[in-house]
Amino acid sequence: MTRLGIAGGIIQVVVITGGAPLLAGVMRQVRARLEGRAGPGIGQPWRDLRKLLRKEPVTPAGTSELFRIAPLVLLATTVTVAGVAPFVTDTSAVGPAADLFAVAALLAMGTATLALAAIDTGTAFGGMGASREMTIMALAEPTLLVAVFALSVRAGSTSLAAVVTATLRDPARVLSPAGLLAAAALALVTVAETGRLPVDNPATHLELTMVHEAMILEYAGPDLALVELASSMRLAVFLGVLATLFTPWGIATTAAPLALAAGTAAFAAKVGLLGAALAAGEVFMAKLRLFRVPELLAGSFLLALLAVTASYFLAV
Amino acid sequence: MLNLWRKIRAHGRVAEPPVGGRGYPLVPGLRGSVQVRHVDAGSCGGCEVEIGAAFGPVYDAERYGARLVASPRHADALLVTGVVTRNMSEPLRRTYDAVPAPKLVVAVGDCARDCGVFKGAYGVAGAVGDVLPVDAEVAGCPPRPEAIVAAVRGLTGR
Repeated sequence: MTRLGIAGGIIQVVVITGGAPLLAGVMRQVRARLEGRAGPGIGQPWRDLRKLLRKEPVTPAGTSELFRIAPLVLLATTVTVAGVAPFVTDTSAVGPAADLFAVAALLAMGTATLALAAIDTGTAFGGMGASREMTIMALAEPTLLVAVFALSVRAGSTSLAAVVTATLRDPARVLSPAGLLAAAALALVTVAETGRLPVDNPATHLELTMVHEAMILEYAGPDLALVELASSMRLAVFLGVLATLFTPWGIATTAAPLALAAGTAAFAAKVGLLGAALAAGEVFMAKLRLFRVPELLAGSFLLALLAVTASYFLAV
Repeated sequence: MLNLWRKIRAHGRVAEPPVGGRGYPLVPGLRGSVQVRHVDAGSCGGCEVEIGAAFGPVYDAERYGARLVASPRHADALLVTGVVTRNMSEPLRRTYDAVPAPKLVVAVGDCARDCGVFKGAYGVAGAVGDVLPVDAEVAGCPPRPEAIVAAVRGLTGR
């Protein structure tokens, strides 16, 4: 544990927890403006969370402890990843936890727990949402691992911090075939894992088209606030991983206050831009039919596999 | 895609300027954010069209902090339309029970307020007020989107 890593960990947790709802607000506002609406403003997700936290907690009859701890597990895993991944600083507070496999496993654990909680409610839509989410996760998770693996082959380590440091030392890598293929694969994984269009529609009211929303239909009040906060933080974390692996510039390499401030600003700007671009892209897209989603994800896995192949055979 | 982009550029903002003043929130805890679950208790479909319009781009009720949600567990307010039919009175009561407190009920349209043209019909259990405590009413058959937006602003206070 270095001073830089600890400072980065604390800043990242604070920035992502406070900023993730704002990111969701920015994305909704971008979408609203492109649809010709006025939009509720970027602070709306925070107003929603504040209200939900004050509401009465409701636990549906027949649910077990799993239903109650799932939001906490989802939030805890997401906060852990937000703290250890190299977003603001190029060193991690807990080195081993910034490993590619640890990060992917932590994020998967949150999703899997929420899916179990959805089954726990015993409702038709909970089970349906859980089975769909698991289908998508089972296809997206290998792509995530393989795509980042393509980058770690050249860095010689599966630690995200090492990948970021290697990219900083040799920026041309980003534009290599392996880098571009991995970026495309990881972008598709981000869309699938965070439940955005065209894989899942976050604004849907139709139970039959829901994936993530169907799993949280039974949550109310403070529990729902935790799930909503964790979902927006997951989006920020995935966009952050995408940004930090492929455009690590601006990241703090020393513990000087100015470097940390610049790193924080660069991270917020990168994630904000990516989020706005994603929201703008969603306006032009319709949701894919559920049976077409595996084709999309198989395509992204192919890109990731090509990226790994390229990183071995087209090494410069 | 280029076609859609041209349309977005040409139309710009279609949301009309806000009408009416800001309301005051009925429940202080719901200031600035009210999630709404719409329940059709036996409506002809007219009020649904108007609610759709109120939350559409032109009237844009979402800008005042209201949002339609898919589950009563996520909701703060129930937007009930139509007379309460015998078959829907129990589901309506259950929906109300599933909403976490503090909760509000808005009766939208003349049928929901006093049974309207369906008063005395054989399948009608009564108006919404006969089944649930009603906090706000929107008159009209069907009510204009402006009236629904005004009621929504009365809930969020924005």
